[in-house]
Amino acid sequence: MEHFTFDVAHLLAGLMVLVSFMLLYQDRMFGLLNVFALHAVVLSLSVAWQAYIQSAPHLYITAGIALVLKAIIIPVALRRVVVRLGIHRTIDTVGGIGPTILLGMGLVALSMVVMLRATAGADPLAREDLAFALSVVLLGLLMMVTRRNAVSQVVGFMSLENGLILAAAGAKGMPLVVEISVAFSVLVAFIVIGVFLFRIRERFDAVDIEALEEFRGERQ
Amino acid sequence: MTTLLADLPFEPIMAVLAIPAVAALVLAVLPGYRLTARLNVLATLLTFLAALLLLEDRPTPGEYLFVDDLSIVFIVLGTFVGFTTSAFSASYIAHEFDIGRLTPGNLRFYHAMYQMLMFAMNLALLANNIGLMWVAIELATLTTVMMVGIYRTHEALEAAWKYFILGSVGIALALFGTILVYMAARPVIGEGHDAMVWTALVEQAKNFNPDLLNVAFIFLMLGYGTKVGLVPLHAWLPDAHAEGPTPISAILSGLLLNVAIYAVLRFKILLAANPEAIAPGPLMVTLGLLSLIYAGFMLYRRRDIKRFFAYSSIEHMGLITFAFGMGGPLANFAGLLHMTMHSLTKSAIFFAVGHIAQVKRTQKLSEISGLTESHPVLGWGLVLGVVAIAGLPPLGIFMSEFLIVTSTFAREPLLAVALVLGLLVALGALFLRLGQMAFGKPTGGVGRVEASYVPMFAHLALVLAAGIYLPAMLVAWFQNVARLLG
Repeated sequence: MEHFTFDVAHLLAGLMVLVSFMLLYQDRMFGLLNVFALHAVVLSLSVAWQAYIQSAPHLYITAGIALVLKAIIIPVALRRVVVRLGIHRTIDTVGGIGPTILLGMGLVALSMVVMLRATAGADPLAREDLAFALSVVLLGLLMMVTRRNAVSQVVGFMSLENGLILAAAGAKGMPLVVEISVAFSVLVAFIVIGVFLFRIRERFDAVDIEALEEFRGERQ
Repeated sequence: MTTLLADLPFEPIMAVLAIPAVAALVLAVLPGYRLTARLNVLATLLTFLAALLLLEDRPTPGEYLFVDDLSIVFIVLGTFVGFTTSAFSASYIAHEFDIGRLTPGNLRFYHAMYQMLMFAMNLALLANNIGLMWVAIELATLTTVMMVGIYRTHEALEAAWKYFILGSVGIALALFGTILVYMAARPVIGEGHDAMVWTALVEQAKNFNPDLLNVAFIFLMLGYGTKVGLVPLHAWLPDAHAEGPTPISAILSGLLLNVAIYAVLRFKILLAANPEAIAPGPLMVTLGLLSLIYAGFMLYRRRDIKRFFAYSSIEHMGLITFAFGMGGPLANFAGLLHMTMHSLTKSAIFFAVGHIAQVKRTQKLSEISGLTESHPVLGWGLVLGVVAIAGLPPLGIFMSEFLIVTSTFAREPLLAVALVLGLLVALGALFLRLGQMAFGKPTGGVGRVEASYVPMFAHLALVLAAGIYLPAMLVAWFQNVARLLG
């Protein structure tokens, strides 16, 4: 039984990393949103499993929020945004898909090395969960920097946040997990509303200072 | 006085939180901007008074809230700047309304958000729980994002969006760090609530797994460092300062950046309590010095007055982080003093910038000149502010910068050389631009200044007074906190 609970938790967390990789190579907007919904479903299952094995009923609330909000409401809302803005064709990426995937593999290896070494003393379930969670966080960050379009950046941010919820749920007995997941949901809702209301199409690139300065009277 | 306090039916610590929270609700529904602007000032004044009461009557640490020597410095400074800025904002915003840049609905929203922001910052400073502190800082980020975007222009929305995305990534990293701290604490303190309580964490930190704490600190430093505006995570800061209403620029520079520094300092104390963990100092010194020098050079390329002073804030935040990173009683004392002086001076400068932008109807540096001739009081106020921020004697910042530089020379001469270089580069840029703005042939609008000068000169007077004479009580207080910081 001990092995079984461990294996299922491991499987679900590993599945999240896999779905994060799937997000990286989507080149259609609708495909991206579908894969994100899958990401949220896996998160929800994973959190629910943690709730079951830790006998922590409050985590079911977090799992429920993930399922209803992130797997259903947000993808549907974003789909409407995409249709309305007419950006459903393709996604502009910085650099090719191939190098991005390679970089992603590097990040996963990095997070394994860092987390497994840092948590050598902790119990194996928590430490591997944490290593997977860090991989999901880093892949989300990678997605945010390799996409130019605001909607796919938002999806990147939400997958990053899923990684954080996975980490918080895996940290046994952590207080405030539900509160934190609610706080994050508020944040995400604001982002989606922001994109929707203000029709933000392009991301405002932090690296691409040229384009910004032209805009802003920073150049004479 | 003390007996009177004991009879009062309220706790100052609750008042500091409850006044802004209630005010936010009231201001959200009340119509009439003249009334709400005054109520806003009244609420921040009451919060400041409640914060002063905390100096006398310090409650015992609770599960969620506590006050100690470190947080009280931030709370008193924060509520004071919040109060003077609301006084400035009352007249400034009225003028923005008169010229039609804001609607009555905008104003109601603005005042409610102002109080929400005060609430969130006070909560972050009073929190005795690392999770609660994180939630409060997230709330503060959200409210400022909305205020930055209040003008609804393309530029304002762009700035708000950029701030939002970078700020969210920052707080996401900080949350991961927070979870790691919990993981480190759990085997020692036990599962559940206690493993996130500050007072318990610091007591037990020496028994935590050092590797886990190290990784946690990197995430926390990068996460909260984004909110401090440290290079290379600073990209949101100039946009947010430039495109929002000027009182918000003053609040961002004078207050919110300090709250983020406070979070970093808390975790620095935690790491310092564990002998086997890495020393947090060198990381802070590196990021601080990088910010200082980078911002110093970037000052020369600015064309917008608010962005110009936003880069100056990055420079000073770098200097403060550097000082706290060096550590030791003297550098910590200098860092605290510098933070206080910077908050007062920079918000005074932003008050002046607000007046300038309103009379000249522009934020472009090239279109502002001859201020001392066209608006003598405003022009000389700006000169005084820039002289102060550049670190010239006899003003307060001179003393704190002098202390930082001398204490660094005594310990790490090479670092001190880089530090002085950065300060001189920034000094050059400040005087170059000041010369253009304050002197020469007046250009642009010559309209009367509608908003009040009182907050600006009150801040500058405090900075001048601190530069000439620091009260012994204040020195003892700061020295005590500096020892605490290790």
